[in-house]
Amino acid sequence: MQNFAEEFRAALGLILTGDSDLWEIVLLSLKVSLLAVLIASAIGMPLGAVLAVSRFRGRRAIIVLINALMGLPPVVVGLVVYLSLSRSGPFGVLGLLYTPTAMIIAQVLLVTPIITALTRQTIETLDDEYAEQLRSLGVSRLASVPTMLWDGRVALLTAFLAGFGRAIAEVGAVIIVGGNINHVTRVMTTTIALETSKGNLALALALGAILIGIAVAVTAAVSVLAGNRGAEQLSHA
Amino acid sequence: MRDFAPDTSPRLSVRNLRIGRNGGTLLNVENLDLTGPGPTLILGPNGAGKSLLLRCLHGLIAPDAGEVCQDGAPLSARHRARQAMVFQKPVLLRRSVAANLNYVLRRQGLSRGDRKMRLEALLHDGGFASKATQSARSLSGGEAQRLAILRALACTPDILFLDEPTSALDPSATQAIEALIMDAARKGTRIIMVSHDVGQARRMGHDIVLMHGGQVAEHATAGTFFQSPETQTARRYLTGALVL
Repeated sequence: MQNFAEEFRAALGLILTGDSDLWEIVLLSLKVSLLAVLIASAIGMPLGAVLAVSRFRGRRAIIVLINALMGLPPVVVGLVVYLSLSRSGPFGVLGLLYTPTAMIIAQVLLVTPIITALTRQTIETLDDEYAEQLRSLGVSRLASVPTMLWDGRVALLTAFLAGFGRAIAEVGAVIIVGGNINHVTRVMTTTIALETSKGNLALALALGAILIGIAVAVTAAVSVLAGNRGAEQLSHA
Repeated sequence: MRDFAPDTSPRLSVRNLRIGRNGGTLLNVENLDLTGPGPTLILGPNGAGKSLLLRCLHGLIAPDAGEVCQDGAPLSARHRARQAMVFQKPVLLRRSVAANLNYVLRRQGLSRGDRKMRLEALLHDGGFASKATQSARSLSGGEAQRLAILRALACTPDILFLDEPTSALDPSATQAIEALIMDAARKGTRIIMVSHDVGQARRMGHDIVLMHGGQVAEHATAGTFFQSPETQTARRYLTGALVL
């Protein structure tokens, strides 16, 4: 039976003393997830906005597909990326397997549908309100997209944070394509899984505490932003 | 006495305009010529087709048949670029008061200096100088509608369409809006405005279009319309009878 109080104390010590291994893992996690969400936003936000304002055959099917992809099982994404990047896969020649880049690719695949779907919903709501007025002001449908992306920025930041929350907490895909290699691809979630299995609870607990702290911070930021948006809408009513 | 600029503003004409939905006819206007100085007020009960006609005149809705012409030519993008519309519920961007005005000024290709000067003039003339940085969506209903009209006028439109701009406002806010519109009319902007308010039509209208059942029941100068309306529908409408 382990002494949990001691493990907690040791975990706190690791955090407070700035343990280099611990903070290396935290920084790599943040770097991978932030880059993945930035790339996913660059793809998903324009895509979601165009889906919101355009009308074409098959649009409804694409929306249903993107909504369905929001629930993609991470391990399946990990497997697909693994097969694509493995030596015999179509992109094996790039030599990206077991690198942070492979982890970013997997997270981009997981997060892009979330950001696309949330952006579409946001822009569609704005479009209902703005469409006639912008047309009246001589703004074309395509030119109205940047206007609505800017005016929907608070909701889109919420989408960004939701995507980041998904990416930073993800374990299944990054462990498959990253391999959890020490000082190379080891991130918070994969380290927690590994160290717990090894019985090194102090490091796992320290990383767990930081992960929870990040999750709480992201949730609080989303709540504050959503609250401000609600207040603004209320004041307009 | 209302003084309007000599009538050099564009002339709108409608020929055989028809819009139908689900087998029914929503709008059926054979001939309508909107000319002469001063505002045109479009009156009529709910569902008469007033707002639909306004949207057709502005080119927001394409008719199933017929056409709208401006100065004898079919309505084109060039015409529409010189028109603006204000809606019953003001649609303001989620930005500051100044940014809402700047949005249309930017589209006019003005130099930075000219844009700044025009923005300051608009904020001053519209009474928004002290609220320039305030969120437009935190304005009161009257202020929001005034800003929407000011933004439309910032486009320097030849024609300004207004769809019941004062329907949800109190008398004081209504007075401010009417003053703003009449000032634009005096400066030569053709005003075409939908209203439910007969009193407002008396105060503002140069000519009145009464819509009923998707058709023009009567079109006459304000003096003629209010003193000796030709149709039974107009007489009943003016006496306050329920025109269904």
